[in-house]
Amino acid sequence: MSALIELRGVSKTYGAFTALDDVTLSLSDSSPSMTAIAGESGSGKTTLARILLGFINPSAGHVFYRGKDIALMSPSEQRQFRREVQPVFQDPFEVFNPFYRIDHVLETPVKRYGLADTDAKRRALIEDALKRVGLRPQDTLGRFPHELSGGQRQRIMVARAVLLRPRMIVADEPVSMVDASLRATILDELKTLNRELGISIVYITHDLTTAFQICDNIMILYRGNVAEAGSVERVIGAPKHPYSQLLVSSIPLPDLDKAWGADEIPVSEASAARSNAGCRFAPRCPHVMEQCWDNVPPKYTPDSQRLATCFLYRDAPVAPGDDIAAVFRAPEPRTPVPSA
Amino acid sequence: MTVTDTDKPILVVEGLNVHYDTGKGPAKAVNDVSFSLKAGERLGLIGESGSGKTTMATALMRLTRAPGRIAGGKVLLDGQDILKMSPRELRETRLRDIALIPQGAMSSLNPVMKLDEQMIDAIVAHKPGMSRAALDARVAELLRSVGLDPSVAKRYPHELSGGMKQRAAMAIATSLSPKVIVADEPTSALDVVVQRQVMQTLGRLQDGLGAAVVLIGHDMGLIAQFADIVGVMYAGKLVDIGPVRQMIETPRHPYTKLLVESLPGIEVKQALTGIPGLPPPLVDLPPGCSFNPRCPFAFERCRTETPLLQDVAPGQQAACHLYPEHQVLPPLPAMAQSHNGEARP
Repeated sequence: MSALIELRGVSKTYGAFTALDDVTLSLSDSSPSMTAIAGESGSGKTTLARILLGFINPSAGHVFYRGKDIALMSPSEQRQFRREVQPVFQDPFEVFNPFYRIDHVLETPVKRYGLADTDAKRRALIEDALKRVGLRPQDTLGRFPHELSGGQRQRIMVARAVLLRPRMIVADEPVSMVDASLRATILDELKTLNRELGISIVYITHDLTTAFQICDNIMILYRGNVAEAGSVERVIGAPKHPYSQLLVSSIPLPDLDKAWGADEIPVSEASAARSNAGCRFAPRCPHVMEQCWDNVPPKYTPDSQRLATCFLYRDAPVAPGDDIAAVFRAPEPRTPVPSA
Repeated sequence: MTVTDTDKPILVVEGLNVHYDTGKGPAKAVNDVSFSLKAGERLGLIGESGSGKTTMATALMRLTRAPGRIAGGKVLLDGQDILKMSPRELRETRLRDIALIPQGAMSSLNPVMKLDEQMIDAIVAHKPGMSRAALDARVAELLRSVGLDPSVAKRYPHELSGGMKQRAAMAIATSLSPKVIVADEPTSALDVVVQRQVMQTLGRLQDGLGAAVVLIGHDMGLIAQFADIVGVMYAGKLVDIGPVRQMIETPRHPYTKLLVESLPGIEVKQALTGIPGLPPPLVDLPPGCSFNPRCPFAFERCRTETPLLQDVAPGQQAACHLYPEHQVLPPLPAMAQSHNGEARP
């Protein structure tokens, strides 16, 4: 399998704080997938996103894009990397300059990458990208950001990314500022981009429900470490790691016959203070065992499509390599569609 | 849930109107809304952004600020109209009888005051003459009631996590045992685990006080898990209200049905469907039912005549012309979906 992007032993520390701890992950180039990265605030998910985008450098380890270490790229390779790996940020209100019309956001990348040599071609490209994300060009072009809704603004950001025909989009909480009724539509469009245009999507979120609905695989981070990873059906459908279990049971479902999870055991000052050289989740874990305090659990594979870093599964085989994606399932078959 | 013996509602909202004056005329952010709530009941008010939810929360506290103004109606708290109180009566009523947990309550704390000072300030304003020891004891009790260690009292807000700040704001809101608690998206900035803990804490506090709660939000899952009664707001109007189970299992208003359906679950993968279109601008509501341009059932009458809330099932009312002809909501007609999602006709 050739990797589109590969993290090898990537860590990021800020002073004494470890935001991300030794992550190895490779995402396939040949079968573009949708991968969710989930976790609570401070879990390292945004740090991981920024490393994937090349916005920050890892403190240790390497990032390879199509086989090339991004730290060692030539300016032209870097330019190509920047074009092919596109971000979509959380807050569509903050990325726009309120004094420029929407057109500016879309024209800049076309000009910068010389995607069109005439005004007519540029216009056609932009209109095509807008239609791809379900916007009508006549309703959006010529407007100022404040004239558009949050959902429309977020779609403009997706359209801007699509314009460049990227191989990968890293979307960091793209719908957390958008109303629930619009989230579904925007996420469905990301899925369409993956299926129809073959763009790999990394979806950073704390919302396991939408991750389950659109993604193939998921990686759950806890304080910079992988707690559990694998297909969304396994990890969200039947979580094994106590932390993933806690997350899944906390989802408020509109189903009155499913009681919301029970209260978590409170973290005692003593257990929180106990320096843990072992599992980061130990102080909060309802199943904590003596060995959890001093030993970092390896990546056990309770089944073929998931790994869990938890001693509860110590009888299961340990994942043979470091690559988290080894337990990922293949994406659903693509449905190529002629361009719109 | 605590059920009090009295059937008399503790909070009655009658024909409430809140307008924002704009260059294009008044934006009716709360448009003739009425409902009532008994002690111990939990009402979840749900709506999209711009539906008037937060305007409603501030109006219940009479905290509406210009360019907003309360353009009519009553907010009766235990029979007394908050909208007619003198400034002094109002000051005394807030916090003591009705308290607000604001949106992003974490940023409502004063960053340069220790937590206990802020809590004591609130208590002393209403109950002067308490001894320092009594106040400290009350602060400790309040902090414990929201699941915080009393040692947190000596910390500044920046030393607390988001969930802890939210709990602290809840401790302040409940410090005088109010009869009504208005919570405006109290967990919108929190992680899912912390969200559940905070909501369960709010539920326990409310049970202890026997207070009524108005929870405002846009997450149907959260509302379903917390509320007894669900009210749906659309373009400033309350368009559907009823017991939570009926609202979710047999929604009567087409908008409620679409809201429930737009929520993905974690059991089966399904096509994600949003609600096509956008809410109308509040200064330029369409004639007839405000939802008609997005409604898959809309017919001629919906485009001309504004529907009023009417009984559609026991305890459930909906503002929709499908009733009383229909008993239940007919199956949704197939819709042109998704790809022209936000395109407005």
